[in-house]
Parts: sequence; structure tokens; C-alpha cells
Amino acid sequence: MSIKPVESLDSVVIRFAGDSGDGMQLTGDRFTSETAALGNDLSTLPNYPAEIRAPQGTLLGVSSFQLHFADHHVLTPGDAPDVLVAMNPAALKANLGDLPRGATIIVNTDEFTKRNLAKVGYAVSPVEDGSLESYHLHPLRLTSLTVDALADFDLSRKDKERSKNMFALGLLSWLYTRPTTGTEQFLKNKFGSKPDILEANLAALNAGFNYGETTEDFAVTYEIAPAKMQGGAYRNIVGNTALAYGLVAAAHRSGLQLAMGAYPITPATDILHVLAKLKRFGVITMQVEDEIAGVGTAIGASYGGALGVTATSGPGVALKSEAIGLAVMLELPLVIVDVQRGGPSTGLPTKTEQSDLLQAMYGRNGESPCAIIAPQSPGDCFNAAFEAVEMATTYRTPVFVLSDGYLANGSEPWLIPDVAKLPQIDIDFTTEPNDVDANGEPVFHPYLRDPETLARPWTLPGTAGLEHVIGGIEKADITGALSYDPNNHDKMVRLRQAKIDGIAKSLPDLLVDDPSGDAGVLILGWGSTYGPIAEAVRLVRKDGINVAQAHLRHLNPFPPNLGEVLARYERVIVPEMNLGQLSILLRAKYLVDVESYTQVRGLPFTSIELAAVLSKATANLSGATR
Amino acid sequence: MTTIDLGMPGAGTFGVPHLHEDEAPLNKKELASDMEPRWCAGCGDYSILAAVQGFLPELGLKRENIVFVSGIGCSSRFPFYMNTYGVHSIHGRAPAIATGLATARQDLSVWVVTGDGDALSIGGNHLIHAMRRNVNLKILLFNNKIYGLTKGQYSPTSEFGKVTKSSPYGSVDRPFNPVSLALGSEATFVARTMDTDRKHLTSVLRAAAEHRGTALVEIYQNCPIFNDGAYELLKDRDEAEARVVHLEDGQPVRVGTDKLVARGDAGELMVVDAEGADMSRVVVHDAGADDPSMAFQLSRLDDPTMAHIPMGIFRNVAQPTYEDLVHAQIDGVVNAAGGSATDADLGALLMGNDTWTVAD
Repeated sequence: MSIKPVESLDSVVIRFAGDSGDGMQLTGDRFTSETAALGNDLSTLPNYPAEIRAPQGTLLGVSSFQLHFADHHVLTPGDAPDVLVAMNPAALKANLGDLPRGATIIVNTDEFTKRNLAKVGYAVSPVEDGSLESYHLHPLRLTSLTVDALADFDLSRKDKERSKNMFALGLLSWLYTRPTTGTEQFLKNKFGSKPDILEANLAALNAGFNYGETTEDFAVTYEIAPAKMQGGAYRNIVGNTALAYGLVAAAHRSGLQLAMGAYPITPATDILHVLAKLKRFGVITMQVEDEIAGVGTAIGASYGGALGVTATSGPGVALKSEAIGLAVMLELPLVIVDVQRGGPSTGLPTKTEQSDLLQAMYGRNGESPCAIIAPQSPGDCFNAAFEAVEMATTYRTPVFVLSDGYLANGSEPWLIPDVAKLPQIDIDFTTEPNDVDANGEPVFHPYLRDPETLARPWTLPGTAGLEHVIGGIEKADITGALSYDPNNHDKMVRLRQAKIDGIAKSLPDLLVDDPSGDAGVLILGWGSTYGPIAEAVRLVRKDGINVAQAHLRHLNPFPPNLGEVLARYERVIVPEMNLGQLSILLRAKYLVDVESYTQVRGLPFTSIELAAVLSKATANLSGATR
Repeated sequence: MTTIDLGMPGAGTFGVPHLHEDEAPLNKKELASDMEPRWCAGCGDYSILAAVQGFLPELGLKRENIVFVSGIGCSSRFPFYMNTYGVHSIHGRAPAIATGLATARQDLSVWVVTGDGDALSIGGNHLIHAMRRNVNLKILLFNNKIYGLTKGQYSPTSEFGKVTKSSPYGSVDRPFNPVSLALGSEATFVARTMDTDRKHLTSVLRAAAEHRGTALVEIYQNCPIFNDGAYELLKDRDEAEARVVHLEDGQPVRVGTDKLVARGDAGELMVVDAEGADMSRVVVHDAGADDPSMAFQLSRLDDPTMAHIPMGIFRNVAQPTYEDLVHAQIDGVVNAAGGSATDADLGALLMGNDTWTVAD
């Protein structure tokens, strides 16, 4: 127990920032884990440069990790940090603009050398020129404190300096009364084979903790009570891992072998990394020569009766387009995960955006409809992936899962699903003739559809007597023979569209959160904007303003009641991290003049920003509904 | 890593269900679909189709376990004429789709039918990577040195200076030698044969089918409409005899009846008179050589004037296949863990190593 006074807080946002080689992501991860173990609800956002090692000490090379934790339900990683840990001048300069006055700044003054200051254009150290007066500034010699603490270790100075992130973690752990036992165990697992490095890291962690306890720099320590959360077992999970687990769980529940074809691409690659390890679950991962082969191998695997999956980002989807069109034509199950990032072209590879919605919707030649599902939080990526598999196998269609960089790398506490309660996915391979010919003889028709789902049979090579050829040329209805007949093509185009449209019958109605029942403004989002939108709604409701909130998970087809929901509200605000792609779809389909609010900064919306949009929108209502 | 006996006869179809001894073997007619082939009259594709339908029954496989995968082009119509499973996919992608299929299903005999444009232009990347991975695919590359389906543009195997609709002043592209490319990719089986030589074609197809791993078979194929006579020299018995370099495993490499291939002073290959040849310099063909260098050198005897045309099996070496290795890794983990994953295993995965419990 600390000997210093303890102050209670309800929520804190900390941002760890440093050079991309300073270990800030690891520091953030460990602090997150300690915080989760204490029962706070939380949300995280890593932000790192596209370059693996940008020039040291430059603004380009700044990597950061933001964590929001609280004694209540946390919806976002936080708009603005309460605390910034800046390991060098570049980290300070890059992040200072996001700090509200009065925020706490901990800087590593050892790195505030003339040379490092000059690299980012500081003539005088901001630590010394009074320009940070309106912040709680803690200038600490983090590097030398770490090296001093490790004086007795037989390590090079460079190796000792490397442990400075653990010193910082120890200090922050003390400041916010986090237990360090989990981190100690983590270090033991990580450095088990290098005892001297392990001991140095443990010593640095401890020294940081003790420094907080003894220094006069910090007068108080803070505690944040556990949040009220639904009972059960939790872990912290990032979106890409949750997504991979959702695919594996669905494969397990369907009895299908998961076969992924993929080409590495930021920010989707971790899905491949996670799945490549899961041979225990029979998972086949094929890292192939290009994006096209990624989807090609997945289609081939699906044709053979496996669960074909490919995961990529926007540029990869562009390359896969023709093959996805083939899958539309073949009417085979296929899951395409698009972890969206800033575009166009290479764009902002490590930043988030929602700008592939129209690509998923329309980005192929011909009338080529695919189903689209978007998860709304990192943990929800599990559910979205599971549902995508159910949909793809039921309707024999490609299904897009539109995640994004924010969900992929962001984390949240995840109520671990009870495996026994995961629904069974029934796979019904056709093994017998399914029709009779003119003479009443049994015959197999590969494009004879299920009357309910309009799905065609899934018949595997190796099934005796049902040999047939499928392909990209238009099929005759029912028989699947080649057909260039104009009327048949018209019918088949409409049938493929009707099949996707018909999925709506199985979708739940869109839920609208409108507690007062008399809101005039609806804020409607999709995908990863859920957190900032929900937080913004909470903020304006605190001010007594009535707003309704709804969030779309199914982008194609839309839920059956969407048109009716849109018509119910005087104004509909649609925030998106693109230039209004969902708005285009809504206006086109429902003739409703939704109001698009957009930004494409590569970062999530802040809730403050959206709250302001909502306040303004409610202020301008006709008066009948307020 | 893998325990599959790669040297066994019929290894190429190891694991693919065969007909019982008391079942009648397939016949050619059963392998023909009821669709009338729609190639141009005189197209070399007809003879290749006939050869494939004629030889496949020898493998003793069940019809339903044979799959033909193709891309786009005249040759890629092939699956429609086979009464087996088949996918007529998109331009150039057949090797990728077939890789996924073969990896997911080791009980299938998977054949890729492609052409010089499909395989070497738009699908070049998939082709070389399928070969380097050694996926158990039999790739039949119909080389007519022209784009036929789009009505006559120069292809990646057209000779330099070729005048076509898209190269009215002569093509300035240098052509690929498909065999050199395959050997450069270290394909484990590489051969060249010809549409009109039924006997040779069949023997090469048979060897390809018996090979476990990627077999790349370049088949010289005449397009009577857009590039007629591309292989005319080889159709004349005497001309052919003078030019064909016979690749027969374990035999001196012979050109016609009276010439041999020998190493020059700098290691280069040259065609010499058999009479008086220094036998210590004569190349004895070793298709099973691990190092593909000599096979590559032999492939370079080919030149645009077709002065010397090596035919036969350049390379045939045993190496683990991609899918054997993929499944060996999975089976290793699954077996070590005592069998297929259970709900409890999935539960443990989802739980991870760092959990906490919130009371109700």
C-alpha cells in the first residue's frame, strides 16, 4: 500500500509515446493487461508509423499507444489524453496538440539533447522555456534513472537503456496503483532464456515503481474502481485476433476445414499470423504469391469443400475483384476479410478508414452482389466473422467482413464466449441427384436452387455420378450449362441479386436506442464508429438532449426495417470515416436525405466532435420533436 | 518431414481413390462429356483431348476424383469436354485455384489446362509459384505461340518480329521458352511434347501423371487459323528427324540419327556428328539429376529458327509436394495433441493465458 495519499478517479486516458524502437506498444500492452486484471473497463488505440524504423528521434518515427480505462463502460480509447508519457522531444511535439490544458506530461529529459531538439525544430527545450506551464510537467531523467538502477548488472549501457520502457511502466503502475505481477510473469515468459535481460527488466520495472513511491515529484497516487461489467470470464483482445478466432470457431462448429489463402498486407496480416499457428484446429494457411492467388486458393479450397477465406486490406480487395466475381458466379461460400485502411492507392497503410464500403458493394465488373457485415468493436470481430461463415455457407456466396485498422489493432476486454452456446452451422453437401429429367430419370442440376435461400447445391468433386463443370461463363438456370441466351442472363442476374437481397429475411431488425421515445435526430453509423458515436450520444444525453442512436452491422443487405427507421426521424446524421459512402447507399435506396458527417484523418472520430454535431443538429429541429 | 514414398510407381495419384480390380476400367467414351467440342476445324486441341481421354483410363482412377481446372483461352474450354469435375475459371488463375483445391483435397487428381497466353502472360506469377512449391498438379500448357480466342495477337511465346494484328510492324517482345522458365522455377517435372505425335504425347502424359508434384508439360499445338504452320517443320518426318533432340533418360542425347549433343570447351552445349565424337563429352541425359542446370542448358538448344528442338522429359525428380508438407505439419500437431480439436480445445484457445473473472 502506498504511503502517499490516494485519490479516486472515474476514468483516465494515458498515451505512451516514443520512438518506434522504444517499446511503447509493449509498454501499452502491459499496462492494459494490468488494468484489465483490476477490473476496469478499457479501450486501446495503438498508433504507429508505416516505416518499421523511421529515422530515430524524428516526428515520422513516433509510435504511440493510448489507453482509456474507467470505473464505468468504456466505449472509445478516449478523445484526449489526461497523461502523456513522452520518451523524446519528437514524441512530445507530435502529441502535445492533442493534450488539454492541465494534462500531466511525463518526459524523459535524457533524450532532450540539443541534437534531438533540433531534429524536431525546437530551438530551446520546451521543458525549460516555460511553454508547458499550463500542464503538470514531470521532467524525469528516465534513461539515467534506469541505467543507475541497473548499475550492478553486467550489461552494456545500450542494453541497460533498453529497459527504460519498463522503468516508465513501473512508475505508471505505481501512479495508478496497478499490480505488476502480471508483467513480471510476462517478462519471465518472454526472456526466460536470457536470464540477465530478464533480471534487468524486472529490476527496471521495480525501480520505476519504487521511484514513484519515494520521489517528491509525485504527491498522490490514483485509483480507479472496477467497472460494473456483465459477469463472466474476460480477456483483453484485439480485433484481428478476435476475427481469426471467429473464423476458427465457425469452422469448428460447421465441421469444415478452414483454408486461408493470403498475402501479407497491413493492417490485416495479423489474421494470417494468428491462423498460421492454429494447426491444432486443422487450419490450412497458404501464404501465396499475390492477393489474387490468396482469393484463388480460397475459392479452390471452397470448391473442394473447405471453408475458403482470404484476408486483406483495400488494395488487396482491388486485386481480388475479378476472382470475387468468379465466386459470385460459381456461387460458392467464401469469406473475404477487408481490414480497411487509408486510401486510395497505398494511402495510409497503418491508419484507419471506412472507405472500402462501396468497393465491397460494387467494386467488380457486372452485377456482382456480395453480402457485407461490419463489426463494431474489437471483440465484436469474433461475432462478425462467425456470422460471415454462417451466411457464406447458407447462401453459397462471398461475404465481406469490413473491419478496419482501428478495430484490427484496438483492444477491449472481451467476455469470452461459452463454446457450448455457439450455434451449430449445418453444412448440407449435395450427394444425390436433386431433380428428374423429362423421362423421369434422376438427374443432378448444379444450379437448381433452394426455394427458401436461393442457394445452389454445394457438391464436391469426389461425389460419384454428379460430375459437372462450373465456371465464370453465364450459367443456364437450373442445369448450369453454358448459356448465352439473353433471357436466361437477365434471369440469372436477377436471381443472384435476389439471393443476396433475400438474406434480409433472416436478419434481425435494426435496434434503435431512443430512451425518451421522442428524439427528432437519429445518429446512424456502421462498423468501427460505434464507440465514438455511443460516447457522443451519452455526452449529449447528459445535457438533457434527446437523440436516437442506431448502428448498422449488415450493410448488404440492410436490415428489413431500415427504411421505416429512417422515415421515423426528422433528421438522420450519418458519420463516416470516408466521404459519405453509406449516405450514398441510404439516399439511393430509401430516398431519404440523410446528413453525412465525414472525416478522413486516418484516426477515429472523437466523441466530443460528434457530440457537437449532435447538439447542433438537435438545436435546428423544427420544434415538433426536441 | 514427410513419410510419403516418392519413388513408388503411381505416386502421382497416391491417395486418390482407384477403381476396384473387379470394376471395369473407364473407357474413352465415358470420359467425353455430351458437349460437342467447339474448337476450329483442324485445331491441335482435338488431338490433345483425344490423347488425354484415351490415356486417362490407364490411371485406374474413379472418374469423380478427377478435376480439370482451366483459365481463359481456347485451350481452357477443355474441362467442358471432359465428363469429370471441372472449373473453367478466369484468365491466368487456374494454377492458384487448383493449388487451393489440391491442398484442401489430396484425394483428387487435379489437372490444369492452359495456354501460352493464359499461363505465361496474365497468369505467369501463379504458374512459377505453383512450380516452385511443387503442388501435385499436372499442368498441360498448350503452346500455339498466338492469342487465338482474341483472334490473333502475338503471345509471350511468339517469335521476335512476329507480325500480328497488334504488331503490324513486327513484335519487339522477346519470347519465353516455357521449358527454360519451368526449369528456372525448379519444377520437379518438365517435359515437352507435340499435339500430332500421339505416341510421344501419351508417354509424356503418363510419366507426368505418375510424378508426384507439379508436372509442367509444354505441348506444341497448332492453331490453324491464326498461326498455322508454327510447327510445320516438325510435321515433316525428315525435317523433324534432323531437328528433334531426343531426351531419353540414361541415353546419350541424340539429334536425328547421326548427331549427338556434346559439351564444348567452355561447358557450352553443341551438336556434333556422332561419327568420331569424343564420347567423354557427349551428354548422357539424366532427368533425375537434382541440379536442373544441365536440363536448363538442354532447353537452350531451342532457338527461334527451330534448328534444334529438344523433346521429351527434361527433368523428373522426387521432392515432397506442397500439400504433403502442409498436411504433415497439421497432422503432426493434431496427432501430438491426441486427435481433432474438441470444444474444450476451442474453449482453451478463446480463454488465452491472461484472463480475469467478473462476478455476476
